[in-house]
Amino acid sequence: MTRILTMRKALSEAFFQVMEEDPSVIMMGEDIAGGQGAPGEQDAWGGDLGITKGLIGRFGPSRVLDTPISETAYIGAAVGAATAGLRPIAELMFVDFMGVCFDQLLNQAAKFRYMFGGKTRTPLVIRTQIGAGFRAGAQHSQALYPLFAHIPGLKCVIPSTAYDAKGLMIASVRDDDPVVFFEHKVMYDRISDHVPERPYEVPLGEANLVLEGEDVTIIAVGRMVHMAVEAAGNLAKQGISCEVIDPRTISPLDEDTILDSVRSTGRCVVVDEAYPRCGFAADIAALIAEKAFGALRAPVRKVTPPHTPIPFAPNLEDTWLPSPERIIETVSSVVGYRR
Amino acid sequence: MQLERPTLLEAYRLMAVIRAFEERVSAEFAKGKIPGFVHLYAGQEACAVGVCMHLSDRDFIGSTHRGHGHCIAKGSDVTSMMLELFGKQGGICGGKGGSMHLADFDKGIMGANSIVGAAVPLALGAALAAKTKGTDHVAVAFCGDGGSNQGGVLESLNLASVWKLPVVFAFEDNGYAETTASAWAVAGGAIANRAAAFGMPGELVDGFDFFAVHEAAGRAVARARAGAGPTLLHLRTGRFFGHHEGDSQTYRGPGEVAELRRNHDCLKLFHTRVTEAGLLEGSALDELVHQAGELVENAVRLAEAAPLPPHHTVHENVYVSY
Amino acid sequence: MPRWGMAMEEGTIVAWHVGVGEKVEPGDEVVDVESTKATNALEARSSGIVRRQLAATGSVLPVGSLLAIIAGPQIPDYEIDSFVSGFKQPAATAGEDSTLKVERVRAGSRHINCLIQGEGSTVVLIHGFGGSTQSWSLTQPALAAKHRVIAIDLPGHGDSDETLAEGSLAELAGAVELVFDALEIDAAHVIGHSLGGAVAIAALLMNPSRSRSLALIAPVGFGAEIDSSYIEGHLAARRRRDLRPHVERLFADRGCVSERMLEDMIRTKRIRGVEQALRQIAHQFFPGGRQRELGLRDAFAQLPIPRLLLWGDEDRIVPPSHGDAFGAIRIAGAGHLPQIERASETNRLILAHMAAVEGE
Repeated sequence: MTRILTMRKALSEAFFQVMEEDPSVIMMGEDIAGGQGAPGEQDAWGGDLGITKGLIGRFGPSRVLDTPISETAYIGAAVGAATAGLRPIAELMFVDFMGVCFDQLLNQAAKFRYMFGGKTRTPLVIRTQIGAGFRAGAQHSQALYPLFAHIPGLKCVIPSTAYDAKGLMIASVRDDDPVVFFEHKVMYDRISDHVPERPYEVPLGEANLVLEGEDVTIIAVGRMVHMAVEAAGNLAKQGISCEVIDPRTISPLDEDTILDSVRSTGRCVVVDEAYPRCGFAADIAALIAEKAFGALRAPVRKVTPPHTPIPFAPNLEDTWLPSPERIIETVSSVVGYRR
Repeated sequence: MQLERPTLLEAYRLMAVIRAFEERVSAEFAKGKIPGFVHLYAGQEACAVGVCMHLSDRDFIGSTHRGHGHCIAKGSDVTSMMLELFGKQGGICGGKGGSMHLADFDKGIMGANSIVGAAVPLALGAALAAKTKGTDHVAVAFCGDGGSNQGGVLESLNLASVWKLPVVFAFEDNGYAETTASAWAVAGGAIANRAAAFGMPGELVDGFDFFAVHEAAGRAVARARAGAGPTLLHLRTGRFFGHHEGDSQTYRGPGEVAELRRNHDCLKLFHTRVTEAGLLEGSALDELVHQAGELVENAVRLAEAAPLPPHHTVHENVYVSY
Repeated sequence: MPRWGMAMEEGTIVAWHVGVGEKVEPGDEVVDVESTKATNALEARSSGIVRRQLAATGSVLPVGSLLAIIAGPQIPDYEIDSFVSGFKQPAATAGEDSTLKVERVRAGSRHINCLIQGEGSTVVLIHGFGGSTQSWSLTQPALAAKHRVIAIDLPGHGDSDETLAEGSLAELAGAVELVFDALEIDAAHVIGHSLGGAVAIAALLMNPSRSRSLALIAPVGFGAEIDSSYIEGHLAARRRRDLRPHVERLFADRGCVSERMLEDMIRTKRIRGVEQALRQIAHQFFPGGRQRELGLRDAFAQLPIPRLLLWGDEDRIVPPSHGDAFGAIRIAGAGHLPQIERASETNRLILAHMAAVEGE
């Protein structure tokens, strides 16, 4: 049975199903249920945006744990629990809060398998909200996944559709390595898709060929995938055929799909919402320059925000973010490039 | 109660302005005029005002995401604040920060901060600077009950004592960290109990009583100015609104907010106390409420009419120079 | 409609607490609104009389929509009317609609997914190994112009339940029979493709009076040979690029194979239990890389109803020669799925066959 579900409902369904199947899966985070110790309703929020609502009712407080505002302690506890036989899903409410717990991921979770000579596994999922567009300001709107992808030992997943969100979440929970799962807050309710009712996995490390095309390869992640598709629709009317690839997992990266595509189109534009310096887009551009140089007919170009924090005022935030218009402009310049 | 008439009037005025500001922001937010999130301070006015009245522009405060009250109490311009909330040109941060990142360094406000507990180490820094420069300036670190469990905050309590810094930790315990009760999340009974563990005096204070806050804060600030080191104030208070606007507050008991507004309204309590003691006339206080309303109304009108920040400002002030 | 929280974009009117003409004071609850996270009451901010109620219970409206007017009694109606008509409502979000009817049928202990379209005499479509109702995407609409067409997802396929006992012919045919029961089908034209053709014959043998005609496209069970590498490849492939070379063998023109088609097949394979079900069926029908003898040739020959046998000329999965002895009509330029590759001609032949049966 497939139905149209929003990304919110697809993720919620994934949580219910993985927790149903496997008693070693637990969830923790700040107000993921809510109302702890308060006189009113329990499960008052089900998470800051309601994504985890209903879980405590079904699975109880020993498997759905609200926490005090103590990220180092509870994320660290999740890491430890993972090595001790559980499969925790811990929420870092906003990726912008990584600063208050990063050691537990950077130096602990990421390195155990390696440092301890393969003697342990850390089957942990950290889920965290990313993304600009809700006018939440500089400290609540970042992407920051390149910082995580930079660390060997962590896997990084960014779904762009409701179908991918459920399948990648189930796959991430079943994966035996630490996975950081980035949920774009703006997409929760704006993106819907056909989602099968039964559990299924979308493999980590596999890119999705979203649109087939011949003239240029556009690589985009998260919310940018939808902007790229919109831009491609527009460009098609001008006779430019775009191939759009969504890596879905940025670490490990499906290099083959990306390189095959660029070798065939000869042109590439990378669209990313994260800051431009030392970021994801730059990483892809370097990969292509190194491994597909001979096929390139134009330089690889990037569409990213400027290298500034995210402004609050709505008109400024909209200027700051990439847009289909900017993608169209960049693709046109790449297609029109002459030495 | 040895406070002079001008002090009493100023205290009530500041609390009334904060109350009027927050009530109006709630209404404007519901109309969709204010983008992003807002976290309202109404109910907690006595805390910000009771503490900040002991501070000058050269004393720094570190604030929280629930920072409108701290900024007003510390002397920020209400119109500039409203412009900032509306995301308009002329806002106190040029539209770049919004509600959660209001700052005014000229008035000693190191910023509202949307990272829980982040402003506490920052306030330590201001205290360190004051001590290093040999001034008698102090810093106040505002923090919530939720923030009292954040690692950096506990580290700051320790470090403030180890370095004997002129800082006051003002924990505003409004009963909830988002939806999670402080009674559940704060182990050890009360935040005040943590003070001794970190080598400083701690006081549990009725945060609805301006006079109690003012008195305790006076002691703590005086200690700091005299070079005797940090103090922890645990201010028990309550918020009239939700964690953020849009919070349905189902985790609160039935009638809880109504009861708070009825029996624990710090403005009403102040009003009753000073009028019954014959210190101020009801009419003088009412006039202050009226003026507060006008100030806020004017600020909203200006905010609605103000232009949007120009696009090129996105690129400005990333660095001083680069 | 208020905006409660940064992510709220629309709300549903759950219940009104006041009606037109009633007096309200600040703080009075006016209407309950539901958003994705919670239901909350919208309170009056001023005192006045409820003069207009503009949103019906149950309606879903974007943030900023006008819900009600509260005004002092001294304000004339025409001013209120003017305000309401001049009010700029925010744009609403679009809805979803579909034209096919999906029915989830109880067939014994399992659920079978059926896609139903059209009106007229009943036609039942049964797909092949690894297929689904989508195998008939070009057939069903064409036949639905004149018939009530029911496409079935076999167990382990499409949106039907995946759990199988052993995946034998009897089990699959039994499931189809139960669908006939549940949908009260009593005189259907039955059309089966590939493995679905074998299942169709077996189902009809269980209850011959239920069918008025049988059409088979490249059925399984008419000979021993089968391209088992296709079966193996289909089962083993994890990614579209691995699946592609195998799926291309299904067609005479490999240009028929789109990424969308491969993506749909991979998505189905990912669903928990599907691959296991396919392996069970493969083991039952194609042990050791050859078709199991199921006695279907004789059964087909002896069916007392009109029969049609179609085969793609360039079928590389099941050899067209299997149909020679039964007067199979060859479709030029088609592989194993003529109903996709040569849809018009296949549809024409099927429609003509059914029309002849119905005496037109």
